[in-house]
Amino acid sequence: MVSETSDERVRSVSRLSRLLSRPELGAAAGTVLVFVFFAITAGGSGLFSAKGIINFLEVSAQLGILAAPVALLMIAGEFDLSVGSMIGFAGILIAIPSVFWGWPIWLSLLFTFAVCGGIGALNGLAVVRTGLPSFIVTLGSLFMLRGLTLGLTRGISGRTQVSGVHELALHDPLNSLFSGQVFSGLIAWLADIGLIGKRADGLPSISGIPVSIVWWIGLTLACTWLLTRSRFGNWIFAAGGEANAARNLGVPVARTKITLFVMTALAAALFAAIQVLVTGSADTLRGTQKEFEAIIAVVIGGTLLTGGYGSAIGAMFGALIFGVVQMGIFYTGIDTDWFKLFMGAMMVIAVLFNSYVRNRAMRSR
Amino acid sequence: MFSLAKLVKPALGLLAGFTMMAAATTLAAADETRVVFVTHGQSGDPYWSVVKNGMDDAAKTLGVKAEYLAPETFDMAKMAQMIDAIAASKPDGMVVSIPDAAALSTPVKNAVAAGIPVIVIDSGGSKLTHDLGGLLFMGQDEFQAGVMAGERIKALGLTKAVCANHEVGNSSLDDRCAGFAKGLGVDVPVMNGVIDPTEMKNRVIAYMTAHADTQFILAVGASGAEPTLAALDELGLSGKVKTGTFDLSPTILQAVVAGKMEWGIDAQQYAMGYIPVAMFDLWKKYKIMPIADYPTGPGFVTKDTAASVIELSKLGKR
Repeated sequence: MVSETSDERVRSVSRLSRLLSRPELGAAAGTVLVFVFFAITAGGSGLFSAKGIINFLEVSAQLGILAAPVALLMIAGEFDLSVGSMIGFAGILIAIPSVFWGWPIWLSLLFTFAVCGGIGALNGLAVVRTGLPSFIVTLGSLFMLRGLTLGLTRGISGRTQVSGVHELALHDPLNSLFSGQVFSGLIAWLADIGLIGKRADGLPSISGIPVSIVWWIGLTLACTWLLTRSRFGNWIFAAGGEANAARNLGVPVARTKITLFVMTALAAALFAAIQVLVTGSADTLRGTQKEFEAIIAVVIGGTLLTGGYGSAIGAMFGALIFGVVQMGIFYTGIDTDWFKLFMGAMMVIAVLFNSYVRNRAMRSR
Repeated sequence: MFSLAKLVKPALGLLAGFTMMAAATTLAAADETRVVFVTHGQSGDPYWSVVKNGMDDAAKTLGVKAEYLAPETFDMAKMAQMIDAIAASKPDGMVVSIPDAAALSTPVKNAVAAGIPVIVIDSGGSKLTHDLGGLLFMGQDEFQAGVMAGERIKALGLTKAVCANHEVGNSSLDDRCAGFAKGLGVDVPVMNGVIDPTEMKNRVIAYMTAHADTQFILAVGASGAEPTLAALDELGLSGKVKTGTFDLSPTILQAVVAGKMEWGIDAQQYAMGYIPVAMFDLWKKYKIMPIADYPTGPGFVTKDTAASVIELSKLGKR
């Protein structure tokens, strides 16, 4: 592919080869592999019915909402282990003021986003000011937030679960932003013409697309735009690639990282808002291990653990693989005692396949 | 105008006050009963949270000093060390749970040998308690409670059931599923769930899609029951496929009232927190101790009784 000029700096790169070198390519290939696997093992079981698809997309969407900003942060070379605890904390921040103090839901939501964003900024500040690994700093906040959540909730409510949010949120202006369904009319029409199955009581098998899926796609696109089309995106890659060199070139590395920590914290708050308004309750244990699931999704998506390389679209595929594998196993009829073994194996295979495809693509360039 | 003297005087007064109060507490502490709970249940667990509320309420009402300790994770070695450490501090009574007899027998036996009265709650059972020299056992026999749940379902004429376990590997939840199968008299598959409510709900939907002939879903705790209710709602099967659960929450009780759930099984674990504190207080003051075990559950909360306990559940008493 080297052109006649024989100067490799100005060689022309074919569109295909450029496509092949994108970080999300391997993840897309891994996704195809996983889909083929389940089409064979669970094809006729309902996994790919409208209900089944919404089923795994909803699980993927919630994880994907976390994974997109986590991918950006990891590209910038940092980790945020506090997002899982932040979900539990944010859920309680939404539920307690509305259930116990009579705040309207919209006010609790704004309050929660503000407080979580603030804690994200503190995480970021602690990382850039102390120079400690973010792994350690946010591991600290992981525990502190869980403790704070438990202490506050038990102190105020005497319980560890707060329910009763449904009734309060019923007429709230912000409720449908987080817990509703979209395209209900379209779904009803598709059911009428027989493209979507019906339940025993004659209603369509799904009543709409959960709004969390729209958030997932929207956030992923926004993060992708940020990463590839904005100056901020260049700063992210520079901060994660070689922070000192970037600083010397005038990239505001500290500000970039702090902004990204705020973004991951806000994503956790969004996750919590969706889960609290959909389930109607908050629980101090919510979000347990989500920090690892988000990192897994990002890594499956082709982002390097060492920073400097990756994409938000890849994280979207990672979350999709995670959701499909999570839910797909139930449709295969495999004894669920083997669930985690199987899930771990699928993850490793998907990542191996992902890096195999990527290496092939890189070499063929 | 700001004046240092103005500030210092009240501060000194306050300090003196605190010192006197501290002295008074120390004096009172000498004959105040001190009870320590060492259990395997983290206080973040909604079930154990109710136990702790019982303990706190009893301590406040009776003027007893009560402490609650539990390892951060299900760590029996850590719990054994905690029991040893508390025994060394010579409390007037110790309340323990024994989810693992092999790991905890020795420290409990040592505490008894050191002259500390011990009450066993929740897990361990009657025989083990008395073998180790404990005074009595309080709690719900999980297997037996499962059997009773199974018998109730059998009486309804249902045979195809599933046990939705949101925390497989927790032995008391496993016992609930196993007892249920025994009571029903047929094999009951266990559906492996998770704490995350969205995933739990979607797993129930997936399970029901793949096993459409299922007639009854047993949830083994509130974290499994609430998503199960949501799943049945989404599938349009609410009330048609029957369901019941261990443990209570306001949402569960409302579902029982609305006829969406058959019953919630109440271990009445508030008593496991409250009563040992009272017993040890009587023991210290008058050497009074009940002579028999105290089964707290299972109490089946059904449509007739659910409404009356909703408020209590919100307060963390049920």
